[in-house]
Amino acid sequence: MARYIAKRLVLLIIIIIFVSIATFFLVHLLPGNPATTILGPNSTPQNVATVNKQLGLNKPLWQQYFIWIGHVFQGNLGQSFTTHQTTTSIIAQSFPIDLELIIFSQIIAFAIAFPMAMAAAKRPNRLFDQASNSTTFAMLALPPFVIAPVLVLIFAVHLHVFPGPASYVPITQDFWSNIHTMLLPSIVLALGSIVVYFRLLRNDLISTLQEDFITMARSKGLTDRRIMWRHALRPSSISLLASAGVTIGSLIAGTFIVELLLQMPGLGYQLISSVNQDDYTVVQGITLFVAVAIVLINFIFDFLFTIVDPRIARE
Amino acid sequence: MSGRRLLEVEDLNVTFATSRGDLRAVQGVSLTLDQGKTLGIVGESGSGKTVLSRAIMGLLPRASTTQTGSVRYDGTEILNAPNADLRKLWSTHIAMVFQDPMTSLNPVQRIGHQITEPLRIHLDVSKSEAKETALSLLMQVGIPSPVERYDAYPGQLSGGMRQRVMIAIALACAPRLLMADEPTTGLDVTVQAQILDLLGQLQHDRDMAMILVTHDLGVVATRTDEIIVMYAGNVVERAPTNVLFKSMAMPYTEALLESMPRIANPSHTRLTAIEGRPPDLLHPPTGCPFAPRCPYAQDKCRSEKPPLLEATPGHSYACWFPLTAGDRRPDPEPSQTVTA
Amino acid sequence: MSSVITDDLAEIKEEVAADAAADRTTKKKLGVFFWVCASFIVIVALLATFASLLPLPNPNLGNYSSVQNGGPSWSHLLGTDDLYRDILSRLIYGARVSLVVGFGGALIGLVLGGVPAMISAYRRGRVDTVLNTTSYVFLAFPAIVAVIAIVSFWGHTLWKITLIIGIFAAPLIFRVVRASTLSYATRDFVLAAKALGASDTRILTREILPNIMPTVVSFGLIAVATIIVLEGSLAFLGLSVQPPTPSWGNMLNEGSSLLTGAKGQTNPWLVIFPATAMFLLLFCLNVVADKLRAYFDVTEIKL
Repeated sequence: MARYIAKRLVLLIIIIIFVSIATFFLVHLLPGNPATTILGPNSTPQNVATVNKQLGLNKPLWQQYFIWIGHVFQGNLGQSFTTHQTTTSIIAQSFPIDLELIIFSQIIAFAIAFPMAMAAAKRPNRLFDQASNSTTFAMLALPPFVIAPVLVLIFAVHLHVFPGPASYVPITQDFWSNIHTMLLPSIVLALGSIVVYFRLLRNDLISTLQEDFITMARSKGLTDRRIMWRHALRPSSISLLASAGVTIGSLIAGTFIVELLLQMPGLGYQLISSVNQDDYTVVQGITLFVAVAIVLINFIFDFLFTIVDPRIARE
Repeated sequence: MSGRRLLEVEDLNVTFATSRGDLRAVQGVSLTLDQGKTLGIVGESGSGKTVLSRAIMGLLPRASTTQTGSVRYDGTEILNAPNADLRKLWSTHIAMVFQDPMTSLNPVQRIGHQITEPLRIHLDVSKSEAKETALSLLMQVGIPSPVERYDAYPGQLSGGMRQRVMIAIALACAPRLLMADEPTTGLDVTVQAQILDLLGQLQHDRDMAMILVTHDLGVVATRTDEIIVMYAGNVVERAPTNVLFKSMAMPYTEALLESMPRIANPSHTRLTAIEGRPPDLLHPPTGCPFAPRCPYAQDKCRSEKPPLLEATPGHSYACWFPLTAGDRRPDPEPSQTVTA
Repeated sequence: MSSVITDDLAEIKEEVAADAAADRTTKKKLGVFFWVCASFIVIVALLATFASLLPLPNPNLGNYSSVQNGGPSWSHLLGTDDLYRDILSRLIYGARVSLVVGFGGALIGLVLGGVPAMISAYRRGRVDTVLNTTSYVFLAFPAIVAVIAIVSFWGHTLWKITLIIGIFAAPLIFRVVRASTLSYATRDFVLAAKALGASDTRILTREILPNIMPTVVSFGLIAVATIIVLEGSLAFLGLSVQPPTPSWGNMLNEGSSLLTGAKGQTNPWLVIFPATAMFLLLFCLNVVADKLRAYFDVTEIKL
């Protein structure tokens, strides 16, 4: 177990170093000089040189990287050229929105996908199973950027059940109206997760329920409910956890889309506005933050694996 | 108490509905078992012995099987009984030791939990009492340092140890009837003997009845009171153990005996496997199901299915030309096509 | 003896499974649904390719004598947008973006990921270990974030987007192709070909490639769908092909910004039609991939 975690930790560090290098060179190796970008149309060779010097852009690239990474470790991700806000404070302001969206949507997704998968797996190929199977198959073709505008059209514009865009209220200000504004985007995000969770869990449950140890559990005189919850669910959650890496990526994409659509000042909204303003330090900072966050989340899920299924760490 | 009739199975039929037709896995099986006694069910793979044992317990999936006949436990009919009723019997009255200790224990639950679970559910004991019982059970089944094993996962134990754990689970609620389905398959020969001896001893101590399902006549030879030999879903011979080995009637039983490894033989001696394969249960042959593989088969065997008849008290077999009949059968005649 | 040891219940399970397999072989057809979906994709592709030959109004120029944000009518079958442009025409031209990025990106991914994967899995050794670990590291990097960052610095032209997405699809395709090649690289027929002195290139192209083709094709189509979603998301965020060039993603973006009243107008059709088009295309791709997978008996690919 300790060795397994140590191995994963080494890989984690390698990945984070890679992510930081990639994020750094992403900006610096691509055509176009940041200085010209900052100065915009009124750039002259002289002021480009000044800006380069100011930003340390005249030093060798590897030196720039170490300077940058040194700053990152001090919590300094640079400053916005447009608003002069520090990237760290932008992230601190906007990240809670993403976090809330993700947590909220995942609660909804789990609350729906788990009972649905268990009901379907209990009687495979029967009516409920087939209906939920084909529905979720169709929903695979409904990514957030397709379904979100449609749901806004129906529920916000026509039925007025949920508030429209730009009505975000911070949770600290008014809890219930915050929840109210969060509901629609969370449902959009949850839909995608439900599809993935349901399909993975259903398939795994069906094969787990055919295992010998389930017959054994039955022979102990346990109720079906107990067998499902206590014996079948845990060994069936592996692919679900394994998919977390892919899920979290598309979840992030989804949050960006709903934030832009509903004008909620989360990380995605900030990232896109910075992109549109060529605010490269902020883009770099947010990219690094999101990438590292996703890598860390994957690591945590890897770790959860070993708790859910002790077989993994041994293999 | 010994001698009381615990289990009575009459004309049990189990049919699996498959899309290519009905698969008759168990056909008209009857048997009885008294308290404290051991019944051996012997047969090759595909003979229906596992299906029979699961049908007796009521563990077969209802949706895909049809089960007719009667299974009475202690006088109560339990065949096709509602699951809720069966659950009250399972563990506390009837328990099963499964074939494969590698796959039959839940890989993600600790050993201790798997043993205490039936105790907590059926007997309403406290957590600490259950743990105490579990530890003493682990001791009884011969697991060294039970306190450490209690918190282990199945993957951390050897096959033999896992089988012992399975026995501990089965015995947790002190059942009166223990079904052991190939309890030693896949284990080392020395471990096999240990497990079987353990089962025998525990059975004796607790005055349990036991059904020992196996492919190995050697396993049941010294450990059972009565033996049922199954072939292609049918009982082909049934006799008290000593009678069976003294005067086996069915060529199939003989073939099974010959396919058994013997201590006398040096290890790695080639075994005489039974020629051919068991019949396709979807399309069983018209006559005796064993006829195609039987060295003594005659025309009658291929055209007419022999009924299971009691020849001497307690000894029944289904064979037209039993080995016990004084005239050792003639060499197989040149076979002629028989119209069904 | 070995036949004696196995459990007879397992045997019955096998019988039932063999049964189901027999069912599948007898019914081994792609089915009407497959052909309907495949035809839809082909029709969309044909329309997009020959859009300029069709009697369609210019997708980028509005006709100011038409209605603004008009609903479906005879003159504009799917209505018009806020700039008086014909929605049908924009949809058909917009399909080009999705299809080029989708199929082009998947093709790039196959070349960059699939080819090394085959060689790597066939040769094994240190190179394989390095490439394999690299693909893990790459996969840990969230594609969407990286693509947003790159595209925003590098540019929004069609070929750049296709190339970038293709590069980011490569590690995933690498993994799938590698796993699939591995399962064949040690089979008897490959060893036999080796013994006969066949060159590695020949073994890879003649022995292994035909066998992994079903996996490659059905996974390739899934990759196409995934890439189309990625491009659509980028376009929705305003980071793909820039207006006035239509793409389904940027149409949805415009439609929703109208919906949400940013410009004081609403045009539900500008959401409904691109959303439906996107749904149908993705759905058909999924169906075709899924049916092919079932037809070739490729075990479900877990992402």
